[in-house]
Amino acid sequence: MIRWLLWLLGGLLLGGIVHLATVLLLPRTATQDAYTRLSATSPANNIMPLPAPTPDDAVLPFMDPAFATAVCRYDLAAGPLKLRVPVSQAYTSVSFYARSGIAFYAINDRAAGRRIIELDLMTPEQRAQIPDDEEITAADRLIVESPTPTGLILVRTFGPEPGLMPMARRALAAAQCGTQS
Amino acid sequence: MRLLIGFLFAFAVAAAFGLGLTQFALTRGTAFGAITIGAWTAWPKTGTSDIDPYARAAIARSGELPIGSGDGVAFFASSDDAGRALDGRCMVTIAGTTPAARFWTITLYDLDGRLIPNAADRYGFTSQEIARRADGTFEILVAPRARPGNWLPTGGIDRYVVVLRLYDTPVGVATRTAKDAPMPAVAAAGCT
Repeated sequence: MIRWLLWLLGGLLLGGIVHLATVLLLPRTATQDAYTRLSATSPANNIMPLPAPTPDDAVLPFMDPAFATAVCRYDLAAGPLKLRVPVSQAYTSVSFYARSGIAFYAINDRAAGRRIIELDLMTPEQRAQIPDDEEITAADRLIVESPTPTGLILVRTFGPEPGLMPMARRALAAAQCGTQS
Repeated sequence: MRLLIGFLFAFAVAAAFGLGLTQFALTRGTAFGAITIGAWTAWPKTGTSDIDPYARAAIARSGELPIGSGDGVAFFASSDDAGRALDGRCMVTIAGTTPAARFWTITLYDLDGRLIPNAADRYGFTSQEIARRADGTFEILVAPRARPGNWLPTGGIDRYVVVLRLYDTPVGVATRTAKDAPMPAVAAAGCT
């Protein structure tokens, strides 16, 4: 009897390890995460509008139907990325997600404080290569460091009511995302 | 032989217990960094690099992209203020005021995060389009059949989640109580 209890205790302890290991490893093995879902439809380093979510079809779960959304799936292997988003009248935000879906940076039109949100996205290594003097002349450029070489940028514009959604989508169409040349 | 059976037993216990715990934690949500105000719960850290491992695993599994903390914060409610699960065959009122924010949206989803089909194609409201009382408060009626006023159709689904998203808001990681963030009351108003 004691022997079985000990086996049980050992099993439970091992189960705790299994639990922690699966939680930590799951993000690496997920096949249905946002990046994988969007890889099928959006080319790298290009901005693409996402279809509005409907009950039958939504690219991602829990999308806010009051927003027009565009995605830029980035790959910094070819060099830093330039993002240029003219803000809409209602509200515009830009959110950066690492490969595993971690929201590492987000900014809205008010925080950006101007009519066009301009950002440079690069890896920490690419940033280290920028000459110091150039960094000074580019002081008004916002530089964002990506923790992973690939990831997602979500650009979202608000449609305060259904009738204003076409305007939100038009504002989104002016956004640009691409590698520097 | 007894040793072998013992090992097999321990491994079976480990697999069932470990995987069961993981499944439970990822589907039910965890309490790490959660702000609970009335029926509403938010995980503001999930929208930052400080995200905890459980939330990381949960978003990898669901494919959701959490709202970034520089963008806004999302409050989820799957039960009313009395703790009863929201039932789409009954009427539920969401009434009162919302915390300070540039604007907000309120949306109904099924438990997998899909919008709920309905004949009116109405999935939620924004703070701009909602009808308010003279004192600025509002009341939303979540019900299967049409109601006068701010009606959100449930399509008769049995379980659903209400998500209230505040955009450009001071509410976030530092928020603790209802005094910082007065959330609307969620109350069951009877089944028809």
